[in-house]
Amino acid sequence: MEHPILFISLILQGLGLPVPHTPTGHTFIEQLCTPYMTYTWLVMAFLVLVPRLTLGKMELVPGNGQNFWEVVIGGLMDMCVENLGEKGAKMLFPMMATFFLYILVSNMIGLIPGFTSPTANLNITLGMTIIVWLTHHFLGFKFHGLQYYKHFMGPSKWLAPFMFLLELISNFARLISLSMRLFGNIFAKEVLLIVLFMLAGAYFAPLPILMLGVLVSVIQAVVFVLLSVLYCAGAMEHPAH
Amino acid sequence: MNTLSLALICIGAALSVGLAGFGAGIGMGNGLRGACEGVARNPEAKGTITTTMIIGMALCESIAIYGLVIAFILLYANPFNAALGL
Repeated sequence: MEHPILFISLILQGLGLPVPHTPTGHTFIEQLCTPYMTYTWLVMAFLVLVPRLTLGKMELVPGNGQNFWEVVIGGLMDMCVENLGEKGAKMLFPMMATFFLYILVSNMIGLIPGFTSPTANLNITLGMTIIVWLTHHFLGFKFHGLQYYKHFMGPSKWLAPFMFLLELISNFARLISLSMRLFGNIFAKEVLLIVLFMLAGAYFAPLPILMLGVLVSVIQAVVFVLLSVLYCAGAMEHPAH
Repeated sequence: MNTLSLALICIGAALSVGLAGFGAGIGMGNGLRGACEGVARNPEAKGTITTTMIIGMALCESIAIYGLVIAFILLYANPFNAALGL
């Protein structure tokens, strides 16, 4: 479904760049000008610039901006330490915090009229999921070497072949479930907002969905990061038996 | 253009996500009830219970997500399109 108004796409069209009207373009320039790409860059710019501007100079007695970021980063760090332990949290925290802030901001940005959520595109969520999936296997091999296969063998020796098959399927299902969960929730929110806006936008029909959208945005960001942390923790700890 | 098979595909897509959501909704409701009872009985364990509940709900939800995947496959990437002449 085509989004009614997108500011960046309008500006790019005004500049004479080809903005495609399908989810992905055909030529390279069109692919760079798809709304999801441009809004991803907007989110990236937001995440680089806003902390720079609000953080200011680091002080012993924090000001407003530093206080806010200390709460955000401290809360995330606590969650990582709880699940990964002190050492693992220090290693994985930058990646997980980046995922959290990126997903949160890009979910929330879709609630503003004229903006769209980059996470409402399967390409972006699948890209992030593949990064998480490869990382947790990499950590498994790094911590256990070739003994990592024991994670897939289950507790009993006799059941091992069946368990291996089962674990393999469930491991690949992580790719689908983690990406489709985020994509499905945010896409549904976006479509619902567009439909309600077109039906009765003048009478504030999308208002309840906007409130629900704030909740969904935060919960989905937390769920994505929590599940990634748990997958990594599962790959790092010793096998079940 | 075969109208009947198109209509059946649409019904199938709607049913797949609808029935999956039905089951997942019941499951998530059960999980939420358990979490609420746990918090009411022992308010100090609220943090742990909330985290566990969110993870469990995310896993329940993935069942509904599989239904959504099937719906998307039926609508946008149907493997039988060529055979149906669509």
